[in-house]
Amino acid sequence: MLSTNNLSCTRDDRTLFEGLGFSVNAGQALLMEGQNGSGKTSLLRILCGFREPDSGTISWCGETTPNPQYFADMAYVGHLDGHKKELTVLENLKLALALGQTGKLSIQQAMAKVLLSGYDDALIQTLSAGQKRRLSLARLLITHNILWILDEPFTSLDKEGIVLMESIMAEHCAAGGMMVLTSHHDINLHGIDVQRIRLS
Amino acid sequence: MTLFKAFSAIVRRDLVLAMRRRSEIANPVLFFILVITLFPLGIGAQPKLLQAIAPGIIWVSALLATMLSLDSLFRSDFDDGSLEQILLSPYPTSVLVLGKITAHWLTTGLPLILIAPLLAIFLGLPNQSLSILLLTLLLGTPVLSLIGAVGVALTVGLRRGGMILSLLVLPLYVPVLIFAGNAVALASGGLPVTAQISILTSMLLLALVLAPWPTAAALKMSMNS
Repeated sequence: MLSTNNLSCTRDDRTLFEGLGFSVNAGQALLMEGQNGSGKTSLLRILCGFREPDSGTISWCGETTPNPQYFADMAYVGHLDGHKKELTVLENLKLALALGQTGKLSIQQAMAKVLLSGYDDALIQTLSAGQKRRLSLARLLITHNILWILDEPFTSLDKEGIVLMESIMAEHCAAGGMMVLTSHHDINLHGIDVQRIRLS
Repeated sequence: MTLFKAFSAIVRRDLVLAMRRRSEIANPVLFFILVITLFPLGIGAQPKLLQAIAPGIIWVSALLATMLSLDSLFRSDFDDGSLEQILLSPYPTSVLVLGKITAHWLTTGLPLILIAPLLAIFLGLPNQSLSILLLTLLLGTPVLSLIGAVGVALTVGLRRGGMILSLLVLPLYVPVLIFAGNAVALASGGLPVTAQISILTSMLLLALVLAPWPTAAALKMSMNS
């Protein structure tokens, strides 16, 4: 279980949020809403440990983060997709696998699932923005992780991609996974227990 | 064992990337060769003088060539987000960072060592000191990569970190330069160099043990911007 207590974040004397406390249990999702600049990305980066919160604590399964177990259980997809553009799809996924722990799906299964079969030897720089997003999704599927932290996961996906993403999210939560995400899109998260937090 | 797998995956990744961006590896080596070939032209026909300053020329050029290549160590990973993924890996960041430094040395330090004998002959360095030159490069260039990594990690988040990087790193390079240059100069005169070699070896071991942690910590700090 992910829980936060009294989190606050200020940027250049501007308070983005304060006293933020929430908890996400197995099978639940937390959807952060708010205007541009309201601190959604900052909050996600705090959850990843890239930023220190100005006050407050985050804990994972009762232990204060960051701790090794937390990093083994979480995965992050941010604005930058983190693929090397000079490497092929397969090389990128193999690297992700080497840096994490083996997950539910094999590389080939995951590529089939995100509709990238046959792209094994394609260089990332030849992929479209939507295909890169789907590759990030494949990365989530091949490595072991319970908590997904997703920053605008629907950006640049087409209709088909959005439906695919939604179904993969639903499967993840149904299997006891957790998600913290931000999105501008009106997304369909039916079947998932969603909490919404509005930052302003 | 899986930690070693993660380490070697990072090394392999960076080597493959270097092969696919050949100009980036060629840059420091070309710089090294160009600077060294310019010295005889600038100094003129004075073989004795050239021979006397050859160790210094080779070492200063190696040092500057390494400096030139440092920025590429974390820049592209920082820009495309793969550094985020490396930091989020459950494996210790310091070990993964050591993988990146190893690959950096293999693609910049090692080529300098391979080309150095040719340039040493070109400058008229006596034969008896050639092996010592290569030994000091073998011990010294990894230290340059290790110390440089700390500096790059601190400045990678800054938009124009180049100048600060030089100011941070160059003073730390000076001891390596002094002992390595001194060892080669002494060897040219036929004197024993055990002390200098021991000191360089201990610098390498110290850097190997001490540099990865601050590099990992500095990368985390650079993310916080």
